[in-house]
Amino acid sequence: MNLLGKLNWDAIPFDQPIIMGASGGVVLVIVAILSWITFKGYVPYLWREWITSVDHKRIGIMYIILALIMLLRGFADAIMMRAQQAVAAGGAQGYLPPEHFDQIFSAHGTIMIFFMAMPFVIGMMNFVVPLQLGVRDMAFPTLNSVALGLTASGILLVNISLAVGEFAKTGWVAYPPLSELQFSPGVGVDYYLWSLQLSGVGTLMTGINFVATILKTRASGMSYMRMPVFCWTSLAANLLIVAAFPVLTATLAMLLLDRYLDFHFFTIAGQGNAMMYVNLFWVWGHPEVYILVLPAFGIFSEVVSTFSGKPLFGYRSMVAATMAICVLSFIVWLHHFFTMGASANVNGFFGVMTMIIAVPTGVKVFNWLFTMYGGRVRFTVPILWSIGFMVTFVIGGMTGVLMAVPPADFQLHNSLFLIAHFHNVIIGGTVFGLMAGYNYWFPKAFGFRLDERWGRASFWCWLVGFYIAFMPLYALGLMGMTRRMQHYDVASWQPWLIVAAGGAVIILMGIVCQVIQLVVSIRNREQLKVTADPWNGRTLEWATASPPPAWNFSVLPQVNDIDAFWKRKQRERAQPAQSKKERKFEPIEMPKNSATGFITAFFAVVAGFALIWHIWWMAAVGAIGAFLTILAFAFRSEEEIEIPAEQVARFEQAHQSEFAA
Amino acid sequence: MRYRLLAVVVTGAAMLGGCQEGVLDPKGPIAAADRLILLNSLGIMLAIVIPVILAILGVAFWFRASNERARYRPDFAYSGRLELLVWSIPAMTVFLVGGVAWVGAHDVSPRKPITSTVKPLRVQVASLDWKWLFIYPDEGVASVNYLAIPVGTPVSFELTSSGVMNSFFVPQLGSQIYTMAGMISRLHLQADHPGMYRGFSAQFSGDGFADMYFNVDAVAPDKFAEWIDTTRNVGTELNATTYAQLAKPSASVVPFTYRAVAPGLFANIMSAEMQSDDAMCRSYPTSMRAEK
Repeated sequence: MNLLGKLNWDAIPFDQPIIMGASGGVVLVIVAILSWITFKGYVPYLWREWITSVDHKRIGIMYIILALIMLLRGFADAIMMRAQQAVAAGGAQGYLPPEHFDQIFSAHGTIMIFFMAMPFVIGMMNFVVPLQLGVRDMAFPTLNSVALGLTASGILLVNISLAVGEFAKTGWVAYPPLSELQFSPGVGVDYYLWSLQLSGVGTLMTGINFVATILKTRASGMSYMRMPVFCWTSLAANLLIVAAFPVLTATLAMLLLDRYLDFHFFTIAGQGNAMMYVNLFWVWGHPEVYILVLPAFGIFSEVVSTFSGKPLFGYRSMVAATMAICVLSFIVWLHHFFTMGASANVNGFFGVMTMIIAVPTGVKVFNWLFTMYGGRVRFTVPILWSIGFMVTFVIGGMTGVLMAVPPADFQLHNSLFLIAHFHNVIIGGTVFGLMAGYNYWFPKAFGFRLDERWGRASFWCWLVGFYIAFMPLYALGLMGMTRRMQHYDVASWQPWLIVAAGGAVIILMGIVCQVIQLVVSIRNREQLKVTADPWNGRTLEWATASPPPAWNFSVLPQVNDIDAFWKRKQRERAQPAQSKKERKFEPIEMPKNSATGFITAFFAVVAGFALIWHIWWMAAVGAIGAFLTILAFAFRSEEEIEIPAEQVARFEQAHQSEFAA
Repeated sequence: MRYRLLAVVVTGAAMLGGCQEGVLDPKGPIAAADRLILLNSLGIMLAIVIPVILAILGVAFWFRASNERARYRPDFAYSGRLELLVWSIPAMTVFLVGGVAWVGAHDVSPRKPITSTVKPLRVQVASLDWKWLFIYPDEGVASVNYLAIPVGTPVSFELTSSGVMNSFFVPQLGSQIYTMAGMISRLHLQADHPGMYRGFSAQFSGDGFADMYFNVDAVAPDKFAEWIDTTRNVGTELNATTYAQLAKPSASVVPFTYRAVAPGLFANIMSAEMQSDDAMCRSYPTSMRAEK
């Protein structure tokens, strides 16, 4: 009986200078930050105001901080891959051996999808949706905090794999039989599986929470057809989460059963069938694409309409298109594997269904175009990202439809053309959208604007870098280069890959500009200070202070129209007397802080780590601990605190000048 | 207009892929059909996509806040006619491309035999870690990482895997197909021009994946017959013993041949009998296989 399961000193790759250097650096940075925080005496503040906070705005910001850190991690992987492929031509092996290169591309995909894009999108929705709905918090504030904790647990496990053990060498989709014990006996796949299981449960909780919040807790008078479009796209994305994530959890659970308890769901032996995994994975995987991109569509809708000084063109069309995408995204999954040998009818059906999704998406592009038409477009950083998106996404959408044609896919499947396509839509769609949203809502979150000059520099670096990094990959795909090659023998590919690596460096400059933008903006925060409504906004989040108080709205808004805040401003301009009316405030009940999320996450990490290394007693401790934490929360005696009316009134007085504007 | 556009695309694409060994430089009917479908779809879509991109940039620029000449219409948020247009443009495009996709999926289905007066050559393919085994069941020979085929003759492939999933792909001959353990996939290809074409796995399969490529040697039918004769006289026999040796993981295997093949060997590879002593494998019922 070994108390530490499979874990021993061999798990730490002391002989690998790159890994040891990277993980040593990370550990040092973390220790430095933690000691600085402790030394400065910030721990109680952090605990009180952030870690145990159940405020949706704080949770949203923490999600986004996690996402930005993971963007750096995932991007470091990307740069390493581009560098490897730029040099490993002909007989050269590059600087990364296969077992290392394979982990890097697997980690890059896993991190960028699950731990960069997802937390970023969820963080954005967390911050914005309750404000836009004109409510004071999510339907289940503590559940929200637990979901954040579980996402962070998954992130922690993935990053522990850098130093202790290894990560999966299977690609981020982890197809069996390669991911089965027979071919991947190490802990890499287990790290992959358990980190996704933990964060997947967290994501499901988020989905339930948002669906409940949007369906049940909107401001008085906000009927469905008066909801801001970002709320609509968030609703669609979260419906997809609720429907799709259980599929992922179940699929990965089956693979876990195969690996841990000798089941035969997807094994070669015992009548297992790997094709079932591939199908189930993409039954989740395709809706996932829309979980990522729909909220980005929502952000663009808000940004384009605000900065054009016009309502969104064709609001009803936009809502219809969003919901159409939501439904259709579930009946296209097979286009991820036309090459598996299904019949012509099956391939043809899924090809055509895939193209049909392009119709509502195309409608959205035209509607954004007509929103700008007749507007007064102010070229701020968010609108630059939006226009960059429209152009880039149209190209990505076109190559996507191209690959939905089965015979074209027979030639392009798994090639670098595919890589170029999905980066074209995920960077050009989701990431550009998140950057637009980050620049757009930052003043709301912190009370000061982000520096425009560095913001523009960052945008141009990203845009130019994106094209230089990924257009060569389209060409390479047509030249027959397939993905995930640690080295290659065709010399004519190399120039294209060197150009692509150059593009990645330009994107890196974009990221550096973003870091500088943040630092410069924090230093100049006094000059960049904004009032409640810096952009002349249209929706309710701009109707409250920047940053908003914990209770969001001192008096809950009454909604009579789409673009509720815009209409209110128009009315007040017409009858200025009304706005000066003396307001009476009432005490506000807010949910109480809770450490449940943090403690659950702690036990989840313990359980996950123990299961990966087969330390059964510790797994039991983790599971029981997490369960008891939730149980203790269920038996809490008080759950709300009351904010006295005087405090609300004081806050309003202090911010009076803002609202007068 | 569209044809001119198509011409531009084709020229551009030809410049891109013409001198390379890619999917735009087909050497057989399937690859040519794939390319035609690809370019047709691309042409149809570019006819919409290019004007849309120009419109986005033009509208954004013209309606910039500083442009005094642009008319500000803050209430222009709905127009029934435009809505109709907005839904029908992508719908019409998709209708066209969807037609191409549906017809194409049937025309070049990997399962569909190539119509020809020449009797097809049968080749059984097994992906191993990390090399390719080609068995010529009618000729009774086999080769590793080297596939000789006669020009102008349809080749009928049956494919399986010894373990992990791979994808059999020769871009210049056309469509790829997965190889999966315990089942057979089918693919029909043909080379119309003699030459050496690059083939490889297009599905990541582990550490030796990058070296898992092979050459397709398309030769005149009489040359092919000669190759078969020579092959029958050199090397060892592929049987359970030699297969077990071959199946051990190895990468960058220099091509070689087997002079004979033990009967039923491919079926045994397929049914996973050779790579596992799990008793359950042996009773793996034929009826449960995805496609036999």
